[in-house]
Amino acid sequence: MECLCAISHDQLYSYSSSDSNSSSDEEEESMSEGEMARLMEEVEEKKKLIANIRNKPWRMKRRLTHLKEAQEFVDKFEGALGKGKGRKWYAYKVMMTKKWIKFQRDFENFRTACIPWERKIKEVESHFGSSVASYFIFLRWMYGMNLVLFGFTFGLVVIPEVLMGLPYGSIPRKTVPRAEQDTAQDYSVLMDFNGYCKYSVLFYGYYNNQRTIGLLKFRLPLSYLMVGIGTFGYSLMVVIRTMAKNADVGGGDGEEGEFTFAWKMFTSWDYLIGNAETADNKYASITTSFKESIVDEQENQKDENIHLRRFLRVLANFLIICSLGGSGYLIYFVVKRSQEFANRDDLSWYEKNELEIIMSLLGLVCPPLFETIAELEDYHPRIALKWQLGRIFALFLGNLYTFLFALFDEVNTKLDEEQAIKNASIWAMKEYYANYSRLVNDTMVTPPPMDPADVIRGPCWETAVGIEFVKLTVSDIQVTYLTILIGDFARAVIVRFLNYCWCWDLEAGFPSYGEFDISGNVLGLVFNQGMIWMGAFYAPGLVGINVLRLLSSMYYQCWAVMATNVPHERVFKASKSNNFYMGLLLLILFLSLLPVVYTIMTLPPSFDCGPFSGKQKMFDVIMETIDLDLPAFMGTLFSYAANPGLIIPAVLLMVLAIYYLNSVSEAYKNSNMELKKKMQMARDEEKNRRNNTDSTNQVMKDLEDLLPNRSLAPPPEPEKKPEPEPKPAKTKARSAGNGVNLQKDVSLASPNPNARGPVSQPPGPRGHGPPGPGPGRGRGRGAPPR
Amino acid sequence: MGNKQTTFTDEQLEAYQDCTFFTRKEILRLHGRYRELAPHLVPLDYTNSPDIRVPLSLIVSMPELKENPFRERIVATFSEDGQGNLSFNDFVDMFSALCETSPRELKTIYAFKIYDFNRDSFICKEDLKQTLNKLTKGELTPEEVTLVCDKAVEEADLDGDNKLSFADFENMISKAPDFLRY
Repeated sequence: MECLCAISHDQLYSYSSSDSNSSSDEEEESMSEGEMARLMEEVEEKKKLIANIRNKPWRMKRRLTHLKEAQEFVDKFEGALGKGKGRKWYAYKVMMTKKWIKFQRDFENFRTACIPWERKIKEVESHFGSSVASYFIFLRWMYGMNLVLFGFTFGLVVIPEVLMGLPYGSIPRKTVPRAEQDTAQDYSVLMDFNGYCKYSVLFYGYYNNQRTIGLLKFRLPLSYLMVGIGTFGYSLMVVIRTMAKNADVGGGDGEEGEFTFAWKMFTSWDYLIGNAETADNKYASITTSFKESIVDEQENQKDENIHLRRFLRVLANFLIICSLGGSGYLIYFVVKRSQEFANRDDLSWYEKNELEIIMSLLGLVCPPLFETIAELEDYHPRIALKWQLGRIFALFLGNLYTFLFALFDEVNTKLDEEQAIKNASIWAMKEYYANYSRLVNDTMVTPPPMDPADVIRGPCWETAVGIEFVKLTVSDIQVTYLTILIGDFARAVIVRFLNYCWCWDLEAGFPSYGEFDISGNVLGLVFNQGMIWMGAFYAPGLVGINVLRLLSSMYYQCWAVMATNVPHERVFKASKSNNFYMGLLLLILFLSLLPVVYTIMTLPPSFDCGPFSGKQKMFDVIMETIDLDLPAFMGTLFSYAANPGLIIPAVLLMVLAIYYLNSVSEAYKNSNMELKKKMQMARDEEKNRRNNTDSTNQVMKDLEDLLPNRSLAPPPEPEKKPEPEPKPAKTKARSAGNGVNLQKDVSLASPNPNARGPVSQPPGPRGHGPPGPGPGRGRGRGAPPR
Repeated sequence: MGNKQTTFTDEQLEAYQDCTFFTRKEILRLHGRYRELAPHLVPLDYTNSPDIRVPLSLIVSMPELKENPFRERIVATFSEDGQGNLSFNDFVDMFSALCETSPRELKTIYAFKIYDFNRDSFICKEDLKQTLNKLTKGELTPEEVTLVCDKAVEEADLDGDNKLSFADFENMISKAPDFLRY
């Protein structure tokens, strides 16, 4: 055995032949089937031990010794087990497993080393606690997802077009029209994403509709459509997987208030705090929280005027619905105005960007407004936070969808325009040829194609939509950054430096330093992502812009939070809220999916721009591919699959499956409830027995009442069964614990004459069976010691 | 494996990786931090596993533990001599149990040991009083302290012995939403 230890680790992995061979040869005769099986079992056990050894609460030295022993045992006998025919194969299998485990471990090491910004986030965490850090972790996760989406879009759509497609200026859709060429390079025009920006890879209109491009016959239109759909598919998969992982760790769900004090005592401290000021705040908030609970425990809740409270809540909700409606109408109005503006040319900067400014302002002003109105409602902070989040969500959603509807109006107008322009451009082309042949005086010569800049261009609604989304995103970024700069940084500077010459203490009093608004920031992030999802199909460059934005956001906000914010005064953790934000993200994903799918399915693509130009519907590209690229039988297969006769049964089957799964999960939930109730009942019984009080369970009470009266009966037999004899009116005396024939525990606490102080006397025999809940400190009963 | 470090043999690193939740890089970093606490005491070369212990006072000065009200208890729980002097094995053990990837059950076991001040395998009212005073820095009045401790025991105690055994503690903690970070 010693020689095995001395071998270096790498050699241990390989199947060492000589040593185990000789030892196994000797044992070969003495091993029988049963012994082999037993040995195999032992080896498996040792292997399991090695895998789980880090989960055992042992001292490290003990773990190391056990690990070594287990590894030696496994190595020694693994060779012995691979006997007979399968020996070589078994040894090979063992070696491959070892190599696989080693590879997995190295890969894990590599993966953890790759996670960015770990140190930065930990620093924020130690200063501000885990709730603020959870925002940054969420930001990092979003960054990862966007990076993958960017990789797809860039690699499969942009790069092929740039490398293998036609260059700028060769065809009409890739060229700036003659009329715009003078201003195409102006900064203001570029900032509006017109001019050269509009006719670049950033937007849908640039892409050519050639079926295959380049040597590799890359099918760009198909790839464009697939990437668009794949974006949603990938995002959906990632969000659901993360939600499932979070739900897993959620742990049990105790009812609110079941273990109030115990939890406050053992789980309130945030072990990640490393900063003295945060620690002080945390101490203060824990103390306050204890005091509040103590007061709650001692006093009955004052029965406030419940009618007044209800009225105030209804009033508050009414006001908020009014403001939501108002903001929706405002956006609609502004979009209509921007359509009028589109026809004029002399626009001030404000008028050009009015829509984006108004939307961002609404997002800034309304949430604090909601918070002030919510003061009327007087809810517990955690519930109030949920209401606040719900309202902000409704606000953003309403705004986004109003914006979308207004955009649709615009799209329809453009579609109408298109028809007229199509005719006009064909006419212009004919004229051009006629003029040319007239000039050259030769009708047989084919005229050179018209200069791309001169071709009459269609309105290209997809690019217009893409531009709108990009402008919205950019203005959103600008507003966010400006808010942080002014709302947090300038405020901090003013408070710090003006404090020397101001009447009241700025730091403690009115403005003071800002706190980090977690929910506002997270919602902003979620909605930003929704806009990206909606706009990415029409503006492939949008994902790249978002990646840059998230990257800079991370650094900027980390700096801002460390430099200008103070830790929250009232630290309460909405601990399950991680899944809440993921749920929001999922909802937004679906809502962003809808417009895109609708446009792909129903609206006809523009006739002269984008990868789908010339087709009736965008998804015709798929039909084309099936017809031309795939072998014939696949085409027939798909046509069968698309048959309604097949689809309807499939949908029916899925509905049935959902129904089945639903009922199975209901059944599990019910059995869970039953088990919980049983446990609860057992606990209550134990408690009541200890406190010498009546059983609070009605069933148990009735059962007890049916039992024979002990004081009347002859000396009790050891086994008592509840007899369904009708009994005269029973006094509570008998029921106080003795009558319960389930009782095994004889030592009951004697009724404590003084209601102050904890029970310090040893449990003694029951002196008298009089009634009365003893000094029992059941919930809310009896005066607590003061 | 490519990197030339002489602190541990490869075998030792593999063994540590099996026994803790850390990766190779993290173990080396831990050793760096351990050494930082007492550079003259802790050698760079750990290949022959020297038996060095760093005293409690140096360990609780680590920024991660400095603000924690239970820092002495945590360190004492993981030390072999019970006084808080940690060898490197204990040091790694402590951080492995407290790290993100360690499971809830393991944390529960150690949490119980940490809160059990008098080490009698029960959390009695005295232990609770000490916990509470550490948490609130003595801001509560004695009556309030007694009330809170009584209520906590009443809530969690299942077998009626007026103190919390491990089973009681585990049952109570397993339902708590705040026990883990996520």
